[in-house]
Amino acid sequence: MADRNEPLALVKTRRDAAVSAIVAAVPYIAWLGIRFDRRGDELTAVMPFADKLIGNPVLPAIHGGVTAAFLEIAATVELTFVSLWDDLEAGRMVPDAAVPIAIPRLAKTIDFSVDYLRSGLPRDSYARARVVRLGRRYSSVQVEAWQDNRDRPFAQANGHFLMPQRS
Amino acid sequence: MAQDDGRTKAAHDFLTALPHVKALGGRLIAFGEASAEIEMDWREELVGDPRTGVIHGGVVSALMDTCGGAAVMAHPEKPVGTATISLRIDYMRAATPRQKLRARAECFHMTRNVAFVRALALDDDETRPVATATGSFTVER
Repeated sequence: MADRNEPLALVKTRRDAAVSAIVAAVPYIAWLGIRFDRRGDELTAVMPFADKLIGNPVLPAIHGGVTAAFLEIAATVELTFVSLWDDLEAGRMVPDAAVPIAIPRLAKTIDFSVDYLRSGLPRDSYARARVVRLGRRYSSVQVEAWQDNRDRPFAQANGHFLMPQRS
Repeated sequence: MAQDDGRTKAAHDFLTALPHVKALGGRLIAFGEASAEIEMDWREELVGDPRTGVIHGGVVSALMDTCGGAAVMAHPEKPVGTATISLRIDYMRAATPRQKLRARAECFHMTRNVAFVRALALDDDETRPVATATGSFTVER
């Protein structure tokens, strides 16, 4: 059980550091300009619009491959965060972006299935993932992305992941 | 670009003008009858795991999605545009770091409104695909 008298600033710093360490471990996340907002254990992936994300310059629309990558990143970061949460809160693990060995390995994608619901506009995109099943070896994650309206997602996906084996 | 008439070149110029394809450094190397092949170079900033240098799965998805769309555009019925409806990717193994990544796609069926596509992602060892994908795409006529 978490210590309810632990200073709030310390709790926030620890959780934010964990998210930063996970994200910092993946150069491609930075290349796409994706960052994560955290509220408690809830993560929202944010992908600010940029010209290089465009697939169809006439509309313009975000490239379908970018949308797939955004969903996959949101799913893997959520899955990693969820799987580390207990160790993190119990102080058994201290991720540190500056110490490579302290950065948790991400789960490997086995398969990923994307539905494109409407075209991605030249706007910032948001995504939230839900770990449907967290297993020791295999996990299943559902993820949804939206832009201006939370209830009008522009893409959703389901994926299966192979969990990193702890040594 | 080995082939033909200018058709491949026109498709290559169209494709590489798309901002994200340009950002990835994608090149169209074949544009057949309802098929296409695109390659790109390995790059540090596209890596998913710096411990191994393996490129991120999202890059593989983006390349296969692009190639799938190109295969639809290569169909003899000559659609004027296409967009992905759904794409499912199976990741078989990590792409070997520092090798070129290639996607090969074929549009194996087209109805009035929908095109069906299969795609492969490959590195130098063509006998062992990195990933496979199946997708459905819109057909704009």
